[in-house]
Amino acid sequence: MATINGLPRRPDLVLFTGDLTHDTEKPGEHAARMSLFREISGRLQVAKVYHVPGEHDAGLDGGELFRSVFGPTSYSFDHRGVHFIALDNVSRARPEVGEEQRAWLAKDLSRFHPTTPIVVFTHRPLFDLRPDWEWFTSDGDDVMNLLAPYENVTVLYGHIHREDHHAIGHAQHFAARSLCFAFPDPDKVEDKKAIPFDKDQPFKNLGLRVIDRTAGSAAHADTVRVQDVELAMNELSGTEGFDQLLKPPTF
Amino acid sequence: MTGQSTFRVAAAGLAVVASLLAVASPAARAQDEPRVIVITAKRFEFSPNQITLAKGETVKLQVKSEDVTHGLFVRPLGIDAEIAPGRVTELTLTPETAGTYRAICDHFCGAGHGGMKMTIVVRE
Repeated sequence: MATINGLPRRPDLVLFTGDLTHDTEKPGEHAARMSLFREISGRLQVAKVYHVPGEHDAGLDGGELFRSVFGPTSYSFDHRGVHFIALDNVSRARPEVGEEQRAWLAKDLSRFHPTTPIVVFTHRPLFDLRPDWEWFTSDGDDVMNLLAPYENVTVLYGHIHREDHHAIGHAQHFAARSLCFAFPDPDKVEDKKAIPFDKDQPFKNLGLRVIDRTAGSAAHADTVRVQDVELAMNELSGTEGFDQLLKPPTF
Repeated sequence: MTGQSTFRVAAAGLAVVASLLAVASPAARAQDEPRVIVITAKRFEFSPNQITLAKGETVKLQVKSEDVTHGLFVRPLGIDAEIAPGRVTELTLTPETAGTYRAICDHFCGAGHGGMKMTIVVRE
């Protein structure tokens, strides 16, 4: 929050792509974690903050707790000429968007011209990244077919806890790093196992990156500078949630 | 009327099947029956966690859950089933390609869900 609040130019909006909480068997703890997330993310000094749930937020109760804290799990809005669509592919417990939401999406898209820039944000990838790791959405192709007539489509997603970019058709699919439980490259590793937490390098493969783009002159391309941000987790050390980070992950 | 006609056709079909069974020997009948493999799902494991099949062999998987709803998903073998507690889900399978396949639970079942998997080996 401090990093984002300290940026020289504040973002217009912040999108969270799910798994805001880690689930727990302790009664009441999941609701407490969801509220804590709202409180922490509420510190963002940004005009607009949007969320979609991950399966750890909404997979066990059909999204009831998430909706009570953050509102609907799927919705859309416009911002500076860009149409944003929040898609829920977790609260039906299985990796799917579902017929009802796809019908809503078709109707939502129908009023836009094919050149309208569209940003979809969701939790699971909408393409077959690694189905045997549950890195897919069963009706992702149906969703992308609905988006196919649109020329400028960007999909932002979470779930895989690693950076990834795939261009499929004219849609660009991006995942950013996570703040905990980094996963290895699915093309290089057979077993889905989170990379062990390294106390000496706690944010290896994890954490924030700040990307600066400086517009170039007519003769020169833009300059892009990527900077890793070193984080600290002192604030929550000693809590049950922090201790979960130190144990071997159960993903 | 259509319903009655359908029933007559189905009944005739059953009669033919019944007479075929009557003439077949018990050994032949046993050979024709697919092998049954029972798989139990519970948070966050399948038991057994590995099964071995032969390429081209038809088997019947009987999958049941001991607790909550689980899934059994193996894209290359065409398996995508919801395993609800309180009933047995039957899946008939004839694998055509040898290999080692990872089966996963794809119905979110709790904190250890992401590690709930089993292996299906298909031998030549």
